[in-house]
Amino acid sequence: MAIRQIGYKESEQGGGAWRRVPAFADPKTRAYIRRNWPLYAMLAPTLILLAIFAYYPMYGVVMAFQNYNPGLGFTRSPWVGLANFERLFASPAFPRVISNTLIIAVSKLVTGQIAAIALALLFNEIRRVLFKRTMQNLLYMPHFLSWVVLAGILMDILSPMGLAGKVQQALGMEPIIFLGSNFWFRPMLVVTNLWKEAGWSMIIYLAALTAIDPDLYEAAAIDGAGRFQRIRYVAIPGIMTTIILLACLNLGDVLQAGFEQVFNLYNPTVYETGDIIDTYVYRVGLVQAQFGVAAAAGLFKSAIGFVLIIISYRLADRYAGYQIF
Amino acid sequence: MVREKDWRNTLFDVFNHAFILALGLLALAPLVNLLAISLSNSAAAMGGYVTFWPVNFTFENYFAIVKSPAIYRAFLISVERTVLGTAISMFLTIVTAYPLSKSAREFKGRNVLMWLLVFTLLFEGGLIPYFMVIRSLGLLNTIWALIVPGVSVWSVILLMNFFKEVPRELEEAALLDGASHWQTLWRIYVPLSVPAIATLALFAAVWHWNAWFDGMIFMTNNANYPLQTYLRTVVIDLNSTTIQMDVTKVDALSQRSLRAAMIFVATVPIMLLYPFLQRHFVTGIKLGAVKG
Repeated sequence: MAIRQIGYKESEQGGGAWRRVPAFADPKTRAYIRRNWPLYAMLAPTLILLAIFAYYPMYGVVMAFQNYNPGLGFTRSPWVGLANFERLFASPAFPRVISNTLIIAVSKLVTGQIAAIALALLFNEIRRVLFKRTMQNLLYMPHFLSWVVLAGILMDILSPMGLAGKVQQALGMEPIIFLGSNFWFRPMLVVTNLWKEAGWSMIIYLAALTAIDPDLYEAAAIDGAGRFQRIRYVAIPGIMTTIILLACLNLGDVLQAGFEQVFNLYNPTVYETGDIIDTYVYRVGLVQAQFGVAAAAGLFKSAIGFVLIIISYRLADRYAGYQIF
Repeated sequence: MVREKDWRNTLFDVFNHAFILALGLLALAPLVNLLAISLSNSAAAMGGYVTFWPVNFTFENYFAIVKSPAIYRAFLISVERTVLGTAISMFLTIVTAYPLSKSAREFKGRNVLMWLLVFTLLFEGGLIPYFMVIRSLGLLNTIWALIVPGVSVWSVILLMNFFKEVPRELEEAALLDGASHWQTLWRIYVPLSVPAIATLALFAAVWHWNAWFDGMIFMTNNANYPLQTYLRTVVIDLNSTTIQMDVTKVDALSQRSLRAAMIFVATVPIMLLYPFLQRHFVTGIKLGAVKG
C-alpha cells in the first residue's frame, strides 16, 4: 500500500479524495515502460513498413475516384466521382473477366481439393515407407517451381517438337494448339494447376490421416470391413473436419484465379476465356496507363474479396472450430 | 495396422502402387525431358528427336549461358535479393512475432497492434495504388523495391504461435536473472525455435528466388531484372524484342535447347534447397501452414 500511494497525492481541495496524477508519473506505469518499451520498439519497423507498403496503398484506392495524375499523387489528383466505375462497368471486357475469374477459380479449387483428398487417401494405404516418401517428394516438387519455369516447360512440351507434339504425331492426330484455343485454355489451367499443387495440398490431409487412431481401423477390420469400406467409414470421416475447413477457406479464394499462372500462359487469342480480373487490371493500368479504371477494377475485387474472406473465416470457425488468428 | 492375406487386398495394393508410381514419374518426366533437351545439340533438339535422354550430348548451351553477361547479371541480382530479402524478412518476422506472442495483459495494446497486421491480410489496395507508392518513393529500378515490402504477416503469425509454446518458466527464470526482453528473445526464444525459423527462412528464400512479377513492373531497365523476370522475357515473351540475347552466336545454338538450359539453371538453386526443404515439411505442418 505504501508503495502504491507514491503514485497518488492528496487533492489540493482536501477532503481526503485521492486524485490520480498523470500516468507516466505512476511508478507502476514507469516500471512497465522501463521493462516493456523494447516490445514496442521491436514492432516498430514492421508497423512502419506496413504503414508504407500496405496501409498507404489502401488509402491509395481513392485513385479509383480520381482522374489520377502521377505528378499530383493521391492527394491532389482531381476527383471524378464514379466516372471510372461507370467506364469499367460499361466496358464489354468487364463481364467477361468477372465470369472468367469465377469459372477458372472455382474449377481449380474444386478439382484441386478433390485431387488432394484422393491422393492423400491413396498414399495413406501405402506401407512401403521408402516408396511412399520418394513419391511424395516427387509430387511436392512442382510446388516449389515458379510459374515462369513451369510455363516455359509446358510451352516446350506443347510445341510441335515437344513431347505432346510427338505423341500427337505418333497417333496421327492433327496438332492441337492448346494454349491458343478458347476450348482448351481453361482445361489447361486446371490440369497445370493440378500438376503444380495437387501433391503439395495433399500434405494437410495426410497429416489429418495420421492422426486417426489405428484401433479404429482394427475394429472396422474385425467387424469385416474391407479395404474400401475402411476408407469410406474410417478414413474419410476421420478427415471430415479438415475437408470442411479447407472447403470453407477456399470460399475466400473464389476471386483468386491465379494471376501468375494465367499471365504466363495466356495470349490475346484466349482473352475470351482466359482474361481474369488481375490480368485485366495489369493491362489496363500498367500497360495502357488508364490508372483510374484499373484501380476501380482492383478496388472492386478487393472489396468483394474482403467480404468473402470474412465469410469464409466465419464459416471455418462455425463448422470446423478453426480460428485463424 | 491390419494385415490380411486376401487377393482383393493384394490387387488393390498392386494397382495403388502402380498408379502412384505413374503419377510420380509423370511429375518427374517434364524435368528429365527438359534436362535432356538442354544437353542435346541444336539439330537434335529442333528436329524433336530428344525425349528423356540427350541426343548428341553437349554442354554448349550451358557454356553459352555462363558466357552471357546478361544472364550472369540477372543471376547475381536474384542471389542478392534472395539473400538480403530472406535475412531482412526473417529478422523482421522474429522481432515482430516476439511481442505479439505475449498476452494482452503483459503487453498492453497487443490486440490492437495484432489487428493492424491481420487487417493487411484481409484487404489490399491492389496493384495500381501499390505500384504508385513504390514509384513515388523513388524505389523503381532499385533492389529495395524487391526486398523492403517483404514482411510476411503469415510467417509472423506462424512464428508467434510457435513462440507461444515456449515454456513460461524459462522466461521467468531469465527475468529473475535480470534479462531484458531483447536478451530473452535472442538467448531463449530463438534458440528454441530454430526448426521453425529455418522452415520459414527456406520458404522465404524460395519465394524470393521465384518472384518475377515485381521485377517486371518495378524494373523499367531490363539490366536490373532478376533471373526469373529475365527468363520470362526470353522463354515466354517470344515475340518480345526488348531483350536480345547477348550470346552472339545464338543462331548456331538451338533456341530450344538454350531455353531449356536457361530454365534448368533457374531451377537449380531450388533443387539444391529441396533436400533441406523436404526435411522441414513436417515442421511446416506443425506450424499450421494451411496457407502453404
